Amino acid sequence: MSYDAHAAGGALPHNPEKATLEGRNKILGFWLFLGCECVLFGTLFAAFITLRNQTNEGPTGFELFDLTTVAIATFLLLTSSLTSVMAIQAMHRQDVRKMQIWLAVTVLLGLGFLGLEIFEFYEYVHHEEFGMTTSAFSSAFYTLVGFHGGHVAFGVIWISILIGQLSVKGLTVVTAPKIYVAGLYWHFIDVVWVFIFTVVYLMGKVAIT
Amino acid sequence: MNMNRWKNVGRLTGFLVTMALLLTGCDGVLDPKGPVAREQLQLINLSFIIMIVVLVIVFGLFFYVLVRFRKRKGQTGIPEQVEGNHKLEIIWTVIPFLLLVIIAVPTVLYTFKFATDYTNDKNAIHVKVTGHQFWWEFEYTDKDLGLITANELVIPVGKKIALELTSADTLHSFWVPQLGGKIDTNPGMINKMYLEADIAAIYQGKCAELCGASHALMNFKVIAKSEADFAAWASQMKAEAVITEEAKEGEAIFTAKCLSCHAVSSDDRGAYPNLDGYAYRTRVAGVHPNDPQAENLRKWLSDTDHVKPGNNMGNQGLTDVEINELIKYLHELK
Amino acid sequence: MAHAHSVKRYRGMMDWLTTVDHKKIGILYLIAGGFFFLIGGLEAILIRIQLMYPENTFVAAHTFNELVTMHGTTMIFFAAMPLIFALMNAVVPLQIGARDVAYPFVNALSYWLFLAGGIILNVSWIFGGAPDAGWTAYVPLSGPDYGGNGVDFYVLGLQIAGLGTLIGGINFLVTIINMRAPGMSFMRMPLFTWTSFITSALILFAFPAITVGLVLLMFDRLFDGNFFNVEAGGNVVLWQHLFWIFGHPEVYILILPAFGVISEVVSTFSSKRLFGYSSMVFATVLIGFLGFMVWVHHMFTVGIGPVANSLFAIATMLIAVPTGIKIFNWIFTMWGGHIRYTTANLFAAGFIPTFVMGGVTGVMLAIPPADFQFHDSYFVVAHFHYVIVGGLVFGLFAALFYWWPKMFGRMLDETLGKITFWFFFLGFHLTFFIQHILGLEGMPRRVFTYLIEDGWHTSNFVSSIGAFAMTIGTLVLLWNIVATSLKPRNAPADPWDGRTLEWAISSPAPEYNFAQTPLVRGLDALWVEKTAGNKEMTPAEPIGPIHMPSPSILPIIMATGIFIAGFGFMYAREGFDNAFINMIFSNYLVAIFGLGITLVCMLLRSLYDDKGFHIEPEEFEDKGVKA
Repeated sequence: MSYDAHAAGGALPHNPEKATLEGRNKILGFWLFLGCECVLFGTLFAAFITLRNQTNEGPTGFELFDLTTVAIATFLLLTSSLTSVMAIQAMHRQDVRKMQIWLAVTVLLGLGFLGLEIFEFYEYVHHEEFGMTTSAFSSAFYTLVGFHGGHVAFGVIWISILIGQLSVKGLTVVTAPKIYVAGLYWHFIDVVWVFIFTVVYLMGKVAIT
Repeated sequence: MNMNRWKNVGRLTGFLVTMALLLTGCDGVLDPKGPVAREQLQLINLSFIIMIVVLVIVFGLFFYVLVRFRKRKGQTGIPEQVEGNHKLEIIWTVIPFLLLVIIAVPTVLYTFKFATDYTNDKNAIHVKVTGHQFWWEFEYTDKDLGLITANELVIPVGKKIALELTSADTLHSFWVPQLGGKIDTNPGMINKMYLEADIAAIYQGKCAELCGASHALMNFKVIAKSEADFAAWASQMKAEAVITEEAKEGEAIFTAKCLSCHAVSSDDRGAYPNLDGYAYRTRVAGVHPNDPQAENLRKWLSDTDHVKPGNNMGNQGLTDVEINELIKYLHELK
Repeated sequence: MAHAHSVKRYRGMMDWLTTVDHKKIGILYLIAGGFFFLIGGLEAILIRIQLMYPENTFVAAHTFNELVTMHGTTMIFFAAMPLIFALMNAVVPLQIGARDVAYPFVNALSYWLFLAGGIILNVSWIFGGAPDAGWTAYVPLSGPDYGGNGVDFYVLGLQIAGLGTLIGGINFLVTIINMRAPGMSFMRMPLFTWTSFITSALILFAFPAITVGLVLLMFDRLFDGNFFNVEAGGNVVLWQHLFWIFGHPEVYILILPAFGVISEVVSTFSSKRLFGYSSMVFATVLIGFLGFMVWVHHMFTVGIGPVANSLFAIATMLIAVPTGIKIFNWIFTMWGGHIRYTTANLFAAGFIPTFVMGGVTGVMLAIPPADFQFHDSYFVVAHFHYVIVGGLVFGLFAALFYWWPKMFGRMLDETLGKITFWFFFLGFHLTFFIQHILGLEGMPRRVFTYLIEDGWHTSNFVSSIGAFAMTIGTLVLLWNIVATSLKPRNAPADPWDGRTLEWAISSPAPEYNFAQTPLVRGLDALWVEKTAGNKEMTPAEPIGPIHMPSPSILPIIMATGIFIAGFGFMYAREGFDNAFINMIFSNYLVAIFGLGITLVCMLLRSLYDDKGFHIEPEEFEDKGVKA
């Protein structure tokens, strides 16, 4: 119950992320933040679904999407969610070394995903003449998928910084909640991607006439 | 002291209500001249009466409590701390709910009724309405009509007018308070609505959606005529206007400077208001009276931006001589 | 030992710029919100002067559109919202027996972001014209094809302020869930805290919709997106949905805290417990929930079809039921009480009939065929001013007079307060009652003028006179505030015979709020102790050093960074005469620089843990918690 997070000292409790009121506040607040992110992405999905057939005589999703690339990207991101769980489990065993390794793997997988996405966008813009300004569909596509990509990029940077903080500060009741909420964040963008994969790519490839 | 205050409030409220009733003019929503507006007013009246009942009850209770339970001099002790009263709470949950049901049933019925689509009804007059910054285009699509007018919608009384509405630029909203409620005109979409007028008269029309600087001046008129007058009007519109020698100069100026935007034959569209039948228009640019002395027309032609700020015509740099000739010509467009 | 951290404590201006104390942030919100309220009010007066006479030329058509846009936007986002946050900051932690909010640093950041947004919006007046597409900014009028760059200021100003509001909402949710004093169960929370809680939840779920809407509009305006561009397949109605999915809950975000204030004030000045407390809580939750289901009633005339219109009509009517419950509960709270007519209670009493009038016109507007006539007419203008001014602003004024001693340690003058009330109350009804009739006579809203033949001049003249009366009331309030601030700081801890925890501590509240966290033993925690004959709250912990968060300059720097980035984005495509300025703007260097500042601040905040400092018992202003 103590406010004196930094003064806890001594042995870490079993759930260091929930040991202090500040830690609990952080985790609760982050869940709420994710609730707000759900509405944010939900709204972006709604906009995308409204505009997905408005291709303005530009390329359609059916013509554009290459499911193989997207499937690989999906695999990378789903795996990274698993590795972030491994990191949290390592945290509960208070094994800082393993934590850092698993977080680093998560970051690398995230970077792989981002690389594929940038490659995909590059292909669309330079070889398919499908840019932000092509059609209402293209604007909606880049905004939705790009927003998610931006979230991944932010997550990659954030988790990298946390790996560094672990080296300097070690696992404490201050760093533990940070790692925990970064894990939550990473799962969230993973879940969003599942929806993007379904609504944007699969439905684009299958449902459009 | 306190009582006096409340008396004053009472007096003022009475004054306000009386004044409000006096001010209620003869046109607008409260004076419908067609079945659509009349049925809408019936719904308004129904809800208004129920709401007045609610107001009377709440206000009665409220003012009674304010006066009866004010703290008096020398009053001591603590009032009884009441947690609540289930019976009362159930009453003021259930009764409002029942009142709402009374409103909800006709609401749903009429919502569907007003969505009736008359666009395929052979007996109706069919008009395509297009909102522009800051004027209205009316295109009569029936085969025997085939006319295009601007800012004045001429209709026969007693007939359903089936409207298909859209916009060429920003949002607008088509509203003729005495004939019926409004509907928005959205670019890229077509909305449908119908109106009907009981008696031959000129009805005020307004744009009700902010659409730019001159939104306030995007007026139009609905001119209801008897069926015979309407037919006469239509054939007159179709007939070629006879331009006398006196207006030939004006015609030449018009052809050189105006015709690229303004059509003068009733089946041409043109980018800007069709001016066929201009001599019969009640308004200049939809706003000020089209007076015989052409005062308002002169004002308009010499400085359109002053009359209707932000309009797309702008100032054409016409000389006074040119304006005089144009006026002669325009007054012969019959 | 751990208490020995030396933390730099600032004085004067620096103290205000670096504060993370919720009470000081509340005051900052009050000052900025009050300032924007005056600006919005000035805009309203200019609007009313222009409409006083037919075909008046006091302001030009385009300027008038700027004025109505700025009046609406300023009043909703930069006056009403911050004033609500001012109250929540000043009162909620005290009411739940907490020492601060959950994230004091984030709280300061919320404030500075709001202020940055408000400044961005308002400097548009001097940077080439204010937004002119209405506070609803309907596309295509707000899109890239029409008007100047005023709407850019609207988009970025709201976006930045909205970010601040969002994190503020999260902050208060966590504060109320996690930081309540021992014994303060949810069903013992004062109603203002409850309404703040629900309002915060509404913020959390409503603001992302406008965030996305603004992003799409920004992409259309700044990066040639096609979301609302009909030629390229865009959809103009999409904006209206996004705006109102946010916009309708926003109405309840505004009014619920006012409901809370009225509940507190009416109960205190009737010396009675709130009648039907649990049904009040239930009604608040229900209103918040239903608030998300009714947005289409702003769009009945868009042409969505009778099925959607009917469903949303019925959902809208349902909201009248919980609202009615509240009204009757307030009246029966007063029933049998000893009602004291202080200024605060006058405003609360004035609120009830006024809000009921706004409520019944709300039900009338919920009937789609009737709304076809009412929509976008002065009837609607009258309706929403009855609920927002007659509801929210009356509530805010009641709250100011009620909590002023707790915020500043001084009592506002009651005589001047009553003068304010009568001018404002009567002026309000004079201004807006007649607008119902103007609407029925066919006067559309947002018209810069009308013709003599329309026959609306008498009513408009009366309406303008009313607006002047409201102005006098507001000026008297300003005078009251100035005069009060010159008086000694001598407000008693409990001037109104209060019932809730904030009245258990001195006025103004000490920096640490409660020297000892109080133990709450029932609804109206302080009243429970009073009736039990106790002189003070029972403490829930022994006296000891109190840990406090450090002040920080980072929040204001972060907001400044975003402020700079906003200008960077807005002017990225502007052609400047100066080649260097052109280069840094057109390559988004300014935008990147601004965002960089903010991100670096975030990094610093993450790297350097805030150790805070301690206030030792010997520094306490008074020992223990008094009742």
